[in-house]
Amino acid sequence: MTDDDPTVPFIEIRNLKTYFPIQRGVFARTVGYVRAVDDVSFAISAGETVGLVGESGCGKTTLGRTLMGLEKATAGEVLLEGNDILGLPEREFRPLRGRLQMIFQDPYSSLNPRLTVREIVTEGIALHRQVETSRDKTAAELLLAVGMDDDSLHRYPHEFSGGQRQRISIARALSLRPDFIVCDEPVSALDVSVQAQVINLLIDLREQYDLSYLFISHDLSVVRLIADRVAVMYVGQIVEYGPAADVIGSPLHPYTQALISAVPVPGRTKPDRIVLQGDLPSPANPPPGCRFHPRCPRAMDICRSSKPAERTVDGRSVCCHLYGDGALDDRSPAESGR
Amino acid sequence: MSKFTDNPKGSSAVEPVGTPLLSVQDLAVSFETDDGRLRAVDGVSFDVRHNEVLGLVGESGCGKSVTAMSLLRLIPSPPGRIETGRAIYDGNDLLTLPIATLRDIRGNAISMIFQEPMTALSPLHRVGHQLVETLRLHRDIDKKTAWQTSAEWLTKVGIPDAAERMFAYPFQLSGGMRQRVMIAMALMLEPELIIADEPTTALDVTIQAQILDLMSEMRRNESSLLLITHDMGVIWEMCDRVIVMYASRIVETGPVRAIFANPLHPYTEGLLKSIPVLSHDAGTKLEPIRGQVPSLLDLPPGCHFHDRCPYATDRCRSEPPPLRDMGDDRSAVCFLADGRVSPASASPPATVTELS
Repeated sequence: MTDDDPTVPFIEIRNLKTYFPIQRGVFARTVGYVRAVDDVSFAISAGETVGLVGESGCGKTTLGRTLMGLEKATAGEVLLEGNDILGLPEREFRPLRGRLQMIFQDPYSSLNPRLTVREIVTEGIALHRQVETSRDKTAAELLLAVGMDDDSLHRYPHEFSGGQRQRISIARALSLRPDFIVCDEPVSALDVSVQAQVINLLIDLREQYDLSYLFISHDLSVVRLIADRVAVMYVGQIVEYGPAADVIGSPLHPYTQALISAVPVPGRTKPDRIVLQGDLPSPANPPPGCRFHPRCPRAMDICRSSKPAERTVDGRSVCCHLYGDGALDDRSPAESGR
Repeated sequence: MSKFTDNPKGSSAVEPVGTPLLSVQDLAVSFETDDGRLRAVDGVSFDVRHNEVLGLVGESGCGKSVTAMSLLRLIPSPPGRIETGRAIYDGNDLLTLPIATLRDIRGNAISMIFQEPMTALSPLHRVGHQLVETLRLHRDIDKKTAWQTSAEWLTKVGIPDAAERMFAYPFQLSGGMRQRVMIAMALMLEPELIIADEPTTALDVTIQAQILDLMSEMRRNESSLLLITHDMGVIWEMCDRVIVMYASRIVETGPVRAIFANPLHPYTEGLLKSIPVLSHDAGTKLEPIRGQVPSLLDLPPGCHFHDRCPYATDRCRSEPPPLRDMGDDRSAVCFLADGRVSPASASPPATVTELS
């Protein structure tokens, strides 16, 4: 994406595809594919937080899991500091797992109920053959970093509330001093008053530990707080990608516009909502042309037949025929005024 | 372009005179658990007025759903038990009415929309069959007419090819479509009061927008809506008045706009300040409420919120504050509410930063 950039981006995703086969019958014949991630490219610089937003089933979690090597990519490349990590055998990939960590959505199922907090947060250290003697001390330090007392060390996950469990997950993710953390809906399961605590913690830790995040969320307001740049995903593809303030403040893609206008905002006097018709299409059988065209209030003939190319408009990339060659004049003054 | 009618709020002009549609008084509901008896709802009183949208907001476990379920006696008993309280509807107490009479009220006069339509609908029957069954339980009509009426309602709630969808099983419909079926089922009998328990929580935002739209449109025919949600944005867009609940008790009630502009209870204030909104700039720090929601088995004495409250005094720690009328159709359950009504305290954020 940034060919003229002299520095190699920290993580670069090139034409990534993750398909899941749909199997039928006694012989598990493959009758089709769920195209969860379908030709996605973008880059994350060191220290940057990229928000990945979209509705359920759009492929955002699969994308995160593919980066972590938890799902097998069908095609494409993921470059970590310029080196492809997707093709690596497990033995060579494992050391990298220390640098790439993940925080999961559900703090109830992502912690082993049979391990104490101390074991949970230091298991990674033990596996990566770091010194055993400092385990207690490290565990206490990690808990402190996420705002918990060290008297929690010998307790079990079920003794903690959702917010505290999510803190434990974060401590575990930090234990190997990662550079990059995939946060998959880390606050979605939490109550609002606790959600704010965890968001603030993630922001603090980012500065303290020099982290990059891929912050996956369906909640645009949360993403707005934490992300430098935002990628909007729809049915396996990224439709708009750019600086968070621009994408959320003045969205260009009709899907982003609808998504943002659909969020109920306290204090907004007259909701000028774009209500999309219909449901999300199935990623097993996406519509031809632009995948958004059946729901798009501004769809044109070309959208039904041809897939829009990625274009750079106002400092961000957009996949939409509205911004194609010669279509620029049709843009409303508000959009072209930037 | 948008069908969204901004102003269900216009109806808040209806004066609170005359008898309310439903009057809930001192409702207390408890559950027997392995760890002891817990009180999920503790002395809750409120009115639902004619033709209003009343919001009931709070975090998980605050008792908002239990309150709603109790009104139609849908609490599984045991372990649940309605300990005290009355819910006066049309001169009758719903909580003591014989079950046969109550059945007549359910659906006919008061109907309910649940959070997860997949579990609320029977997975074994076609949706058409379920709609027809509901209709024929309450109305003396033949199957054919019931089938037609049901299909018409599916069209009204925006389901394309309704005649065909009548033959679909719930699993064949998307979440948004299932919720539309639930709404059709709830509205079909033209009830006076619709209780919607987190009707859009399981849905994506673009689908939520469709459903909220539909509900505000459908409601215009002289009915009231009790909308239960944890989402302050939904409250703002949909409701005339709101009740805020915290740890089994009401903490504040009043018109939505007044509460958002100047919350009288510190919990409401904290809740409003901890929600991220789109207009926040990157790096804006939210001001979370410290600590966590207490367990209902181990509630602090006095005001349930005192150990998280930046303003708590000794009195809050020992004595539960009463519900007090604060004027302008507002009430609050806080000893300090008086000091917050005056315009001088209209900018509470600064105070909180100082105190916390």
